[in-house]
Amino acid sequence: MAMQGVEHQSVGLERRGRGDGAWRRHGNGGAQSERLASGLGWFSIGLGVAELLAPRAVARGIGLKGRGPTPALTRLCGLRELAAGVGILSQRRPSAWMWSRVAGDVMDLALLASGFAARGTNRARLAAATAAVAGVTVVDAVCAQRLTDRGRLSVQTTTEGALRVRRRITVNRPPDALYRFWRDFANAPRFMERVEAVQTTGERRTHWRAKGPGGVTVEWDAEVTEDRPNELIAWRTLDDAPFRHSGVVRFEPAPAGRGTVVTVEMDYAPPGGALTATAAKLLGYAPEQQLQEDLRRFKQFLETGLVVVAQPPAWSSRSIAAGGAR
Amino acid sequence: MRATCWMGKTDVQVQQVPEPKILNERDAIVRISSTAICGSDLHLYNGFVPTMKSGDILGHEFMGEIVETGSAVKNLKAGDRVVVPFPISCGACAQCRRSLFSLCENTNPNAWMAEKLWGYSPAGIYGYSHLTGGYPGGQSEYARVPFADVNPLKIPAGMSDEQVLFLSDILPTGYMGAEMCNIQPGDTLAVWGCGPVGQFAIKSAKLLGAERVIAIDRFPYRLAVARERAGATDTLNYEEIDLYDALKDMTGGRGPDACIDAVGLEAHLPGALGAYDRIKQATGLESDRPHALREAIMACRNGGTVSIIGVYGGFIDKFPIGSLMNRSLTIRAGQCHVQRYMKPLLERIQKGEIDPSFVITHRLPLDEAARGYDMFVNKYDDCLKVVLKP
Repeated sequence: MAMQGVEHQSVGLERRGRGDGAWRRHGNGGAQSERLASGLGWFSIGLGVAELLAPRAVARGIGLKGRGPTPALTRLCGLRELAAGVGILSQRRPSAWMWSRVAGDVMDLALLASGFAARGTNRARLAAATAAVAGVTVVDAVCAQRLTDRGRLSVQTTTEGALRVRRRITVNRPPDALYRFWRDFANAPRFMERVEAVQTTGERRTHWRAKGPGGVTVEWDAEVTEDRPNELIAWRTLDDAPFRHSGVVRFEPAPAGRGTVVTVEMDYAPPGGALTATAAKLLGYAPEQQLQEDLRRFKQFLETGLVVVAQPPAWSSRSIAAGGAR
Repeated sequence: MRATCWMGKTDVQVQQVPEPKILNERDAIVRISSTAICGSDLHLYNGFVPTMKSGDILGHEFMGEIVETGSAVKNLKAGDRVVVPFPISCGACAQCRRSLFSLCENTNPNAWMAEKLWGYSPAGIYGYSHLTGGYPGGQSEYARVPFADVNPLKIPAGMSDEQVLFLSDILPTGYMGAEMCNIQPGDTLAVWGCGPVGQFAIKSAKLLGAERVIAIDRFPYRLAVARERAGATDTLNYEEIDLYDALKDMTGGRGPDACIDAVGLEAHLPGALGAYDRIKQATGLESDRPHALREAIMACRNGGTVSIIGVYGGFIDKFPIGSLMNRSLTIRAGQCHVQRYMKPLLERIQKGEIDPSFVITHRLPLDEAARGYDMFVNKYDDCLKVVLKP
């Protein structure tokens, strides 16, 4: 790890000792997911054993008597459950096996849906079984996503239960230029996609206006909590902010004049806690990706003087004249 | 304006589309005088490159006249004739400063897509899927050229379009393919693929001092061009002879010092292994058919170099890693860093060392682009290179 001049003093990620270069995570954010995963693993084994030994009873229990899947198919599902369960319980990184549970859930939902179409099924039991599997699917997906994130430096859960996203980018400019640009928060809309305007309201205070989910405008006040010229800026929102978060950006020279390593860490506590955040991510909103794209634009602006665009904004919804020139 | 649009697999149409506008202060608009269909466009045409959208404008080999410049473009003015390099570079990032222009860190606005498929993103490219930015291409009447202050090459008066058009891609690409072989006196090179890029790789290998250049293809007309125009010393038709056996015999039992893969992801191969790759590609189990690359590796001499300039998109299998590792081979590869080669190659053209127009077999009006694609992909009428005139 040739990262001379870069200190790793963040809460979620530290080097084990001085100079040994071994990276690890700490914080207890993942323990809960691991307990949940092992519970789900045992559940898989129990269900798998039942499906293998008593496929007809299982089919009856969920309302698929006679017309449902053949005992052989139910036994295959049982084998799948056993494999997933053993995998989750024995693997050092069980996330892949958790995702296989999610895939199995989707398959089960499809089988149950086909049961509704068949005659001779017990609809009430089938509906209850479908609801149960759907619920388990959500739990599985959230658990799998959290276990996946556990190995990532870019997403962490802090000891206080806040979500921390972290990204780095190397910019081919000296630290002082980057610091000056960032410190003038009025520049934020140039590279932060969701931010529309920032006003300076005091020496350390700023007022932010941004586009929230669903196009809703959100506004908040923030203050700079630490300011080390050319090195670091930290900020946090004031108490009445609707979107409470804090952030820190560090500017550290890369070795041998290779520009500046910019590290941003942002902590925020979404309403409903980390579970909400994980659910949002499953629906496609990943804050670490948003941060990555914002930093890419920051780099573009500082290196080239502009933010790169490939097409006019309206181009993606263009309609092509039928027929054309031929 | 009229533009050649990708409408779906093996379906291109010339359509009416809005004219491009200046979007940034470092942009310019070029009125295109000549543009060409590239062999790599055929990979898009055949549907092997993901993230194409119906209506995307194709084309990354084009030249023309500047009609408008953004406020920050000081070195070009309306009326200048320019050739536009296919990778878009910013000129300022660490990779551009190292002259690795096709790896520009700033010009792919869809870098996240490329990161998912390839780990990190290369530069943006005109008309070459959304994976490399989704920039509208140049098989059209006009094109927007971003970072026009650092990319286009001004063409001196008196040179024809056909002499300089291929500075946009295929001539530098072939040249870089040969340059990556680090040719020493007495070297023998073998070049897989006698399409336009292969022809320029052969020509460049001769210019760079190769003793012997062996051209490999299956179409007699392409092998004839390689021998008669590009300067190949030998030609081999892989449908007629055992390549490995022939190359071993021709090189004193040692193998070529360097092998250039100018074929890429749609290699053809008769027989069972060829069928195997076709089935895997068709069912999505591998994205690329890498047969030329496998052969190039197996045929190369111990300690030699395999230079990959044919385009690959994703994943392959049955890759002879054991041959590569145990025999100390060097693999070099890359989308061409065109900006690095444009001026020196322009000088070689001016000195008469190379006349790139020898690859052109068809000149068509832009409106006949669809016919051009059909001809090029199916090798009708001994088609080697199609130039379109808007």
